[in-house]
Order: sequence, then structure tokens, then C-alpha cells
Amino acid sequence: MLNSHDILETINMIDNENLDVRTITMGISLLDCADSDVQAACQKIYDKICRYAGNLVKTGEDISKEYGIPIIHKRISVTPIAMLAAACPGSSPVHFAKALDRAAKATGVNFIGGYSALVHKGFGPGDYALMASIPEALSETEFVCSSVNIGTTKAGINMDAVAKMGGIVRDVAERTADRDCIGAAKLVVFCNAPEDNPFMAGAFHGPGEPDCVINVGVSGPGVVRAALAKAEDCDLSGVADIVKKTAFKITRMGQLVAQEASRRLFVPFGIVDLSLAPTPAVGDSVAHILEEMGLESCGAHGTTAALALLNDAVKKGGIMASSHVGGLSGAFIPVTEDAGMINAARCGALSLTKLEAMTAVCSVGLDMIAVPGDTPAEVISAIIADEAAIGMVNSKTTAVRLIPAIGKTAGEELNFGGLLGGGPVMEVNRYSPAKFIQRGGRIPAPMQSLKN
Amino acid sequence: MRAVITVIGKDMVGILAQVSAICAKNGVNVVEVTQSILQDLFAMIMMVDISKCAIPFQSLVDELTQVGENMGLTIHVMHEDIFNSMHRI
Repeated sequence: MLNSHDILETINMIDNENLDVRTITMGISLLDCADSDVQAACQKIYDKICRYAGNLVKTGEDISKEYGIPIIHKRISVTPIAMLAAACPGSSPVHFAKALDRAAKATGVNFIGGYSALVHKGFGPGDYALMASIPEALSETEFVCSSVNIGTTKAGINMDAVAKMGGIVRDVAERTADRDCIGAAKLVVFCNAPEDNPFMAGAFHGPGEPDCVINVGVSGPGVVRAALAKAEDCDLSGVADIVKKTAFKITRMGQLVAQEASRRLFVPFGIVDLSLAPTPAVGDSVAHILEEMGLESCGAHGTTAALALLNDAVKKGGIMASSHVGGLSGAFIPVTEDAGMINAARCGALSLTKLEAMTAVCSVGLDMIAVPGDTPAEVISAIIADEAAIGMVNSKTTAVRLIPAIGKTAGEELNFGGLLGGGPVMEVNRYSPAKFIQRGGRIPAPMQSLKN
Repeated sequence: MRAVITVIGKDMVGILAQVSAICAKNGVNVVEVTQSILQDLFAMIMMVDISKCAIPFQSLVDELTQVGENMGLTIHVMHEDIFNSMHRI
């Protein structure tokens, strides 16, 4: 017989502490859909996605009901579309975005990721076309998410791509200004992007992945915070232990769901992503975990240390609970998606510079941060470059998902609603990095890349 | 295949009777029952065998959830594997 305390603990985690599986993401390779005729390629893409993912949403809902675990998202990631766009020069890649959008609607998923390009060392013709089309694609589709990888530890940073992305991020925000600039919330600029990430907006199905795969992202900041609250005054070794034990349980649940989804969909299991992913809901905040550790507000001095402890303990707890760990795996700090971060940004405790420091010790990066609408493109590029440098040197994934709040200034608010949340526009440093960004070229790969 | 039914809420007459009646009606065998108090709330845990359940498991979940709502209680019906995987190595 199972221990009744254990049973009630699980029920309490689900009912009161927002325990859930954040996403089941099906990765689908579209390499066999390439065609020099863009319409033919789009038809193949639509057909393949619908064929593979037709039962994804229903299977997720069935598992959720049988095991009593909320599974929040069912999503799809696909091969970076720039690879397919390369096969049909002269055609707008936006056709692909629209095909993905139709497929997402038909399968019932709430996001489809992979309108992406990998340009960390340079551009191919498909990459140029895709990057130029991102603003149009994101403003004319509902479910499509886009990402661009502009650097890796092995290759260095493609500063020409960085320079382009500053303008693209601004352009996307301007085109969706009537919808609180939501387009920019669906665009991520990566350094060291993982090929098996199940989380949006940065999910894509890397070229090294199998034809189809199931990746699962777990969550549970509320559970970790509640466990720490019960422990009261233990020292930080004790705090790390509690986080590890809780992360283990959360991850085991994710592993079970991943295996079950894989079995029912006849698709190989890829990885479990050990991430603490917050939502704007009360009690589902990573910032509140840091505050539970003893900080008056997230953003106070000590935040980076607390986050480093948390991030490491989540991984240590999760690693034994899953047969394959991958994706981003770490604590997320998306400002507008985390009730505690929103409060800290509103009261001034949390600044962009502190967030940048925090990204050195956690996944993923400067995520879901609204910046003033008049922020110049080169400043956005420079923020991307800084963040990519942190990722490149530390051999970790970093990303930038900034939302230039068109027509708004620091202190005003953006509101996306739903899981994307909302929050205050945060001030950026106004000194110009324009000349540095205009130089272009590549930042050479660091010494850390020479491991052979 | 076994499932765990948990009933959490204010204690009242007939909880066990109603839940077990639904189990009996659908060919679900009650293997074990325990009761405890959690934060001043009544908590009953039933281990049931659903291998001969006459209706799809999801319908059983719906039926019991509905009974719970009618009585002002929270009833969860969950496959036992979720607890095994979370609490056993």
C-alpha cells in the first residue's frame, strides 16, 4: 500500500501549489518536406505535421485525466524553416509560416516553434530570407514562434546577425503595436540554442534529432516554494537539499508523462527538460522561491547567489529522476510571466543589469522584458551581444526575448494576458553602442571552445 | 491496474457509501481504505482495482468527480503509477 502521506502530498501539490507538467512538445523533422516549389513544400509540411501530431492534444488530455496531473501545453517544434527556405530561392518564407499556423490550428496545439535560423557562424541564402521575413511572419500568424541562434561556444558570435536582430526585434514589435507588441514575445535570439528544447518561444527540432520525438518540460516553482516555507530556518545546505528532493519528485512525474505519451503516440521519448517555469498565477513564481530563501525582494543583492543555488539544486534533484535530461534545464526568469518578478520590477528592486547578472547562473536569459518603445535597434543588438557573450564564455544557453513597448516609456505597462502575462517597461542604459555594433564581423570563439 | 481515489473535504454521513456504490456499480473492487485528518479536513484514501472496470477509466473519473462536486468534496481518481513514480525509487 502506498503511504497515505505521500498520496496526500501529491494531491496537495496539484491542488494548492500549481504542480503541473508544463508542456508535451512533439518534435517533427521537416527535412523530407523540402521542395523547390514553395506551395508543394508547404502542403507536405501541413500534411506531415497533421499526420504525426493529429492525436497529440487528445493524448495529452487523456494522460492528464488518467493520472490526475494538469498538462498545460501541447506543442510542436519543427526543423528550422531556414533549411527548407533554402530550397526555394525567390519565394517568401512567410508561406511556410502560414502553413505552420494552419497545421497548429488543425492539430489544436497552442504554439508551433521552428520558424528559425541557425546563423552562429554565417548566413546561407535561406537564413537571409527567413530572418528578413520574421516581422511579417510573426505579425500575420497566431501560433508560430521564431528563434535565431546567433552564437555558440564553438563558433563564437556572428555580430552581423546580432546587428540585424536588433532591427528585426523592433520591427516585429512595431508591426504588432496594436496588440501590446506581442509579436516580439514570440521571437527569441539564442546563443548555444539546444536542439531538443520543448519550451516556447525558442523550441525548434534540431537537424541532429530523429524524425519525430517527444520532449517534456516540467514545472513546479510553487511546489518548491511551499517546501521551503515548511522548512523554516534551515541553513542553505538544507535549502539545497529540500530543492533537490522536490525537484526529484517533480521530474519523476514528468518522466512518467513523457514515457506514457511516447508509448501512446508511437514516438520515441527524447528528453525531460528540468525547468522551473513560472506563470503569472499567484503561487507559481521563481522570484517567490528566492524571496522564501530570505531576500526581501527578488533583485536585492544576494539574488544571483540564491538563484545559482536554486538552479544547481533543481538539476541535481532532477538528473536522477529522468533517463534523459536535455533542453534548457534550469530555472526560468521571464519577467512578465512571473508574479514575483513583476512586483520586483514595479517597485524598482529588479533592474535589467541585475537580470543580466542572474542569467549567468540560470537558464535562460533576458526573457520577456519590456523595454521603452524608443529603444534604438543598436541598443537591442548590444543587449543581445552581452547576453550571447555570457552564454558563449560560460558554455551555456542564453537567450534574449525583449519586447520594445512601442509608444510607451519606462514605468508604463504592457499586458499580454494569459501565460505571457504583463509587466512594467524597464529602463535601459541610454549610452550608445552604435559604433561597436556597426563594426559587424564575428567575435572569435573563446578558449573554452578548444577542448579537444 | 490499480487506481487511488482520494476524497478530501468536510466530514459527513455517507461519503464512503456513495463512493463505494459507484465503484460496485462499475465493477471496481475496493482493495484498501484508509482515513486521516489533513489540516482539519477529512481525507479518505481508497486503493481500487480497475482491471475489471465496466466503463472507460476516464468516465469513472468524471462520475466520481461529479459526485464530489455534488457533496462539496474534492474527489481525485488517479492511476497509482503517478504516486509510485513520485515517491518510490
